[in-house]
Amino acid sequence: MSLLQIKNLSVEFGSEKNPFRAVEGLDLTVDQGEIVGIVGESGSGKSVTMMAMMGLLEGQGRIVADKLEFDGKDLLTISARARRKIVGKDISMIFQDPMTALNPSFTVGYQIMEVLKLHQGLHGAALKQRALELMEMVEIPAAASRLAAYPHQLSGGMSQRVAIAMAIACNPKLLIADEPTTALDVTIQAQIMELLVSLQQSQNMALILITHDLAVVAEVAQRLAVMYAGQVAEMGKVPDIFRHPAHPYTEALLKSIPEHSKGAHRLSTLPGIVPGQYDRPSGCLLSPRCPYVQQRCRDERPELTPYPQGAVRCHFPLYDKESR
Amino acid sequence: MFAFILRRLGLLLPTFFGITLITFGLIRLIPGDPVEVMVGERTLDPQMHADAMHRLGLDKPLYLQYVDYLGNLASGNLGESLVTKESVWKEFATLFPATLELARMVMLFAAVFGLLAGVIAAIKRGSIFDHGVMGLALTGFSMPIFWWGLILIMFFSVKLGWTPVSGRLDLAFDIAPRTGFMLIDTWLAEAADPEINAGAFKDALMHLILPAIVLGTIPLAVIARMTRSSMLEVLREDYVRTARAKGLSPARVIFIHTLRNALIPVLTVMGLQVGTLMGGAVLTETIFSWPGIGKWLIDAISRRDYPVVQNGILMVATLVILVNFTVDILYGIANPRIRHAK
Repeated sequence: MSLLQIKNLSVEFGSEKNPFRAVEGLDLTVDQGEIVGIVGESGSGKSVTMMAMMGLLEGQGRIVADKLEFDGKDLLTISARARRKIVGKDISMIFQDPMTALNPSFTVGYQIMEVLKLHQGLHGAALKQRALELMEMVEIPAAASRLAAYPHQLSGGMSQRVAIAMAIACNPKLLIADEPTTALDVTIQAQIMELLVSLQQSQNMALILITHDLAVVAEVAQRLAVMYAGQVAEMGKVPDIFRHPAHPYTEALLKSIPEHSKGAHRLSTLPGIVPGQYDRPSGCLLSPRCPYVQQRCRDERPELTPYPQGAVRCHFPLYDKESR
Repeated sequence: MFAFILRRLGLLLPTFFGITLITFGLIRLIPGDPVEVMVGERTLDPQMHADAMHRLGLDKPLYLQYVDYLGNLASGNLGESLVTKESVWKEFATLFPATLELARMVMLFAAVFGLLAGVIAAIKRGSIFDHGVMGLALTGFSMPIFWWGLILIMFFSVKLGWTPVSGRLDLAFDIAPRTGFMLIDTWLAEAADPEINAGAFKDALMHLILPAIVLGTIPLAVIARMTRSSMLEVLREDYVRTARAKGLSPARVIFIHTLRNALIPVLTVMGLQVGTLMGGAVLTETIFSWPGIGKWLIDAISRRDYPVVQNGILMVATLVILVNFTVDILYGIANPRIRHAK
C-alpha cells in the first residue's frame, strides 16, 4: 500500500459564487522511501497541493477529494487535533526561503527543541543532546555553539540546514521539500540537495521534491509529476518521461533546459503564460499555448489517462503518432 | 546588551536639556506674572510689584534665570512653590502616587483588553467581531476625554449610582497613607482593622474604575488597532507557516510564534501612549477631582507658579522618557536583531 494516496483532489479559493480552482482533480501516490518530483511553473498548484494535504491552508481554501490518505489515516475526516499529531512528526515540510522560514525571535536551538518536546516528549539533557545530534546530522559546523544563535546570525544555507534539522527531527515517513534550493546560491544548492538525498536514504523516508529545476529531478527522483495550471499533465517514471515525454507541455519544459539547446541558435520556449482565474480555456488548459493544438483540444477537456509507462492528460499524446 | 543600554542612555541627555528649555520658555510666554496673579483684580503699585519680582528673583535677565534654574537642578534642588512655599519635590512626591495608581490601572486595563481585542480581531479577520471591535476602537480613539468622562459620570454615577462621582475614597474612611497607593493602603487598613475599615478597598476600587476607563479609552483603542494590524502582518510570515507545519497547537502558533513578533511595534506604541496618558491625566484628574499631579499642574499654571510648572513638567517628562527608555530596552529583548545591532 502506498504511503500517501491522493485521489481527485481539488482546492478552491475565493468566494463560493466566484471560485478559483488552484488545484483540480489531482491524483498522486507516494510509496515508502521513494523520491517523487513535482515540477511545474509558478502558480501551477504544486505548493498548494502539499499545503492542503498538511492542513496548512487554515480554512482559506476549500478542499475536496475522493481520497486523501496518509499511512492508512484519512486526512479528510481527521480532526484538527489528530492531524497535528501527524504533521511535523510523520509528515514534515521544508520551505523555499530559509531566511524567512525561521522565527527571528527564537534561537535555532529553541526552534528545533520545540518539535522534539511536542512530538517526542523529550526534555532536559536528552532534549539538548538530540538537538545537537540533529544539527550534526545536517552538517552544521560548531553545532554546540550554534544552538544559541538567532536566525539572523546564520547564512541562507545554514538556515536551510536548520529547517531540515527541524523537519527530520522526529524521523518523518514523508518529507516534503518545497523548492528547498531556489533561494540559495548555486554552490549551496548542490550541497543542500546532496544532504537531502543522503538523509532520505539513511532515514528511509519518502521525499516529495517540489521544484522547477528539471535537472535536479532527473538526478535524484524516481517518479515525476508534471503540473500545469492546477492539474497533473503527466506522470511517470523519471527515465521514461525524460526520454519520451508524452505531454506536449513536458516536451516543451524539457526543450527549455539550456543544456538541451547547445549549438542551437535560440533557447526553445513555450510562448504565453499559465491561464489565470478569468481566462481559463474551456478545452484543454494548454490549448492556447500548445504547438500541436487541434479543434478537439479547444472544445473538450482531456482526462488523465493511464498508459503503460505512466499517465497523461492529452487527447493526442506524443507517443501516439498515428492519432495526430 | 550592556552597550545597547549605554548607547540609549547617551541619547537621553540632549532630550533632557531640550525639555528644561521648553518648559522654562513656555511658561514665561504666557501673559501675566506670579505677582499679578496673586494680587488679582486689585490695582498694583508698580514699586510693590518690582519689589515682589525682585524677591522672587524674577527681575534678573532671562538667561541668568535659566542658568540659576539649571544650577539648582544640577544640585538636585527643585525649588519651592511661589504660592504654598512648599518644596516642589515634596508636593510632587505627595501627589504622584495618585496619578501613578491611576496610570497603572489604565495601562493594565488598556494593555489587557487592547491586546486581547487586537489578537482576536486579527484571527477572526473580516468577522462581525473584527468590524465591531475596530469600529469601537475608532470611536474610542476619536472621543474627547472630558466629554466622555462627563457622559460616564452622568450615566454610571448619577443615573445608576454604581460608582462615586469624584475623589479617591469615601470621606467616611480614615486611612493612614502608607504607600500613597489607595488600593494598597485600604487593603492594608482593612486587614489591620477589619471592623472599622470594612469595604474600604472596594470603595477605593470603585473610585478608580471610571477615571481608569475614561483615561484608558484612547490607549485601549490605539493598542487594539496596532495589535490587530501587526498580528495580521506577522500571520502572513513564512515562519508562522513553519510553526503550523511543526504541528504546534493554534494557541502556541498565535501566542508564542506570532504575538511575540507582533508585540514589537505594539510595545513602542504603548510607550508613546504613556505620554498621551500624562496629557489625558490632566483632564481626567480635573473632571474626577482626582488629587494627582495633573490637577496640580493645571492649578500651578493658572497661578503662574513658575517653579512648580517648570519642575513638575520636567518630572513628568522625565518619567515619559524613562518609560520610553524602558520600552527601548524591552524592544531589544523582544527583538534579537535590534539587540545585536552595532
